[in-house]
Amino acid sequence: MKHLLSAADLDRTSAIEVLDTAARMAATQGREIKKLPTLRGRTVVNLFFEDSTRTRISFETAAKRLSADVINFSAKGSSVSKGESLKDTALTLQAMGADAVVIRHQASGAPHRLAHAGWVGSSVVNAGDGTHQHPTQALLDAFTVRRHLVGTADEPDGVGKDLTGLRVAIVGDVLHSRVARSNVQLLHTLGARVTLVAPPTLVPVGVEAWPCDVSYHLDDVITDQQPDAIMMLRVQRERMGADGTGGTSFFPSPLEYTRTFGLDARRMALLPEHAVVMHPGPMNRGLEISADAADSPRAVIVEQVANGVAVRMAVLYLLLAKEREAVA
Amino acid sequence: MTGTEHLLRGVAPLGGDPTDLLLADGRVAAIGPDAAARARTDARVLDAAGLVALPGLVDLHTHLREPGREDAETVRSGTRAAALGGFTAVHAMANTTPVADTAGVVEQVWRLGRDAGWVDVHPVGAVSVGLEGRRLAELGAMAHSAARVRVFSDDGHCVDDPVLMRRALEYVKAFDGVVAQHAQEPRLTAGAQMHEGVVSAEVGLAGWPAVAEEAIIARDVLLAGHVGARLHVCHVSTAGSVEIVRWAKARGIDVTAEVTPHHLLLTDELARSYDPLYKVNPPLRTAEDVEALRAGLADGTIDIVATDHAPHTREDKDCEWAAAAFGMTGLETALGIVASVMVDTGRMDWAGVARVLSSTPARIGRVDAAHGRPIAVGEPANLTLVDPAARWTVVPEAMASASRNTPYGGRELVGAVRATFLRGRPTVLDGVAVEPGEHA
Repeated sequence: MKHLLSAADLDRTSAIEVLDTAARMAATQGREIKKLPTLRGRTVVNLFFEDSTRTRISFETAAKRLSADVINFSAKGSSVSKGESLKDTALTLQAMGADAVVIRHQASGAPHRLAHAGWVGSSVVNAGDGTHQHPTQALLDAFTVRRHLVGTADEPDGVGKDLTGLRVAIVGDVLHSRVARSNVQLLHTLGARVTLVAPPTLVPVGVEAWPCDVSYHLDDVITDQQPDAIMMLRVQRERMGADGTGGTSFFPSPLEYTRTFGLDARRMALLPEHAVVMHPGPMNRGLEISADAADSPRAVIVEQVANGVAVRMAVLYLLLAKEREAVA
Repeated sequence: MTGTEHLLRGVAPLGGDPTDLLLADGRVAAIGPDAAARARTDARVLDAAGLVALPGLVDLHTHLREPGREDAETVRSGTRAAALGGFTAVHAMANTTPVADTAGVVEQVWRLGRDAGWVDVHPVGAVSVGLEGRRLAELGAMAHSAARVRVFSDDGHCVDDPVLMRRALEYVKAFDGVVAQHAQEPRLTAGAQMHEGVVSAEVGLAGWPAVAEEAIIARDVLLAGHVGARLHVCHVSTAGSVEIVRWAKARGIDVTAEVTPHHLLLTDELARSYDPLYKVNPPLRTAEDVEALRAGLADGTIDIVATDHAPHTREDKDCEWAAAAFGMTGLETALGIVASVMVDTGRMDWAGVARVLSSTPARIGRVDAAHGRPIAVGEPANLTLVDPAARWTVVPEAMASASRNTPYGGRELVGAVRATFLRGRPTVLDGVAVEPGEHA
């Protein structure tokens, strides 16, 4: 594998390989010396056209723990805003000898262009593009789900296993969510059954082709399906029509949204005992998730962050080190 | 126009029985056995055996970019490309800089076209000042200028204000004009990047729903019917639009519609590549839409094929999808695509091609005194010779347009333009452009 652009790039075998590698990486992170020499002398560029301190730090930590040199390139002025073009930025990174480019971009498909337009020869990792994909988020979510719901006392990370039989509900702004798109594909690849839950205005036209179910009723899904994991998506302010741009909001009011689609103590009580609560962050407490839910023992939100480092170490390792081993 | 006479031997007018054509003094001087007999001794004889003669092609929808974006195309480069594509007349869209919304600008474009000499350039006038959709441009002044504008369009923008649209439809009746609408409801397409459907849902590009086109067409045909005006619908792209146009025609509404070559061939699946060569407005639709458009063209619901030739510089396409410009070139590939998807498949004969690419667009644009004429003695010698069996591969670098944004690179087409005559003067011979003056 040369690039990781989409969760769809991963079949069942390769997805499990990433998760298993992440488990090995996670195991090293409990040691006193966390750093591995694996990527010594390799250069990883974090190319962020969109603010995301969390994701950037996660990738930066992952690369540094593998001893790679890390360059953070925050390109706020993309070609969309008439700054330097993506192509020129890419050529600059190529000249600097980047072995891997981790790219976050507001335009869907920008990582795909970077990988395939012939501008650069390095590996490309999609760290979130527009409303398209965020594959490492899906991987860390799958890793977290597997650890909690598939792992056993002997094998706490569930190594070698997929997610067959598990039910996952993904709740919220599916329309604008790269997290939802990535998770639907990867969870399906790993055998889980996914139900998207959202108001109809936040479900894309064309969703019927996705390998999942769609519901407009959170209470019904919780009661009837008893999901093993429930993943709450962030609802962005600008979707509420409250940003002053005159845009039409996707739902009548934040209060109505919370009432219908928010995860609160009452809905928590309806979930099965073993169910885990997830959120890709950053959370809007009181909107899509209440403090009761976010801080409950069943919430694995902070753990998702920790697992993100292990998963990104695994991805960088598999893209950069494994390829070299194969050549050697 | 007392230049060289041309005797075309063995050519098949509209794909019918082979015969001889004599072109002299800018007209078709003789047809049949008479032609060779009447030719001067110094007449140039062309072996046209196996070639089909069509009336010179007429494009109702061309972006020549001049004035303003001469880095993407000029009147000269664009019309040379048009001649190579078999055209003898093009209608140059108004979305230039400055906008063609005054007599001054349309006359400038018209003169640039006349001076270039490749095809007759008929400027399209803007409907509204600055294409802003607020108040009518000086439609009468443009109509009565030297450019004699008959087609008015804010193309690139929709005349979405229903009152402005009504006024425009009514006003141009005074000089037999037509409003060519770019049907795109703006509120439903804010930020839109591609057709809204299964592919957009997966690739995460903002959707351009079919209803945004269909709702405007439905409104406009009703308006045109109400005020008894002539309406032309640009680049129809959806199956639903075809149905609405069919319904309107059945009601006797004076509406005509065009389809582009790319909407007859390409689908939204191509957006999966994120290659902006496939970014166009209206967007590429589904295979079902493509089939409905082909059927609509074959049965006459869609009147014409128009290129929407939209040249863009490399920097406007060599970038991420959302940052790229909408549009693709089309003048040099239009005939080949129509031949490939309509003639080669048996859905249309060459007389049909002459209808959709020449006589009907000429009539809609009111340039039918000179263009889109029958191939008959005494008619202007605006002709295109096509090799219907030629298979050729599109090479972007070999295109005559100043821009390279063709989506057909590497694609094989059947049907190639071999020669084009503008008032008896060859602008293209053996598939090669003949520079004006090169051939006395």
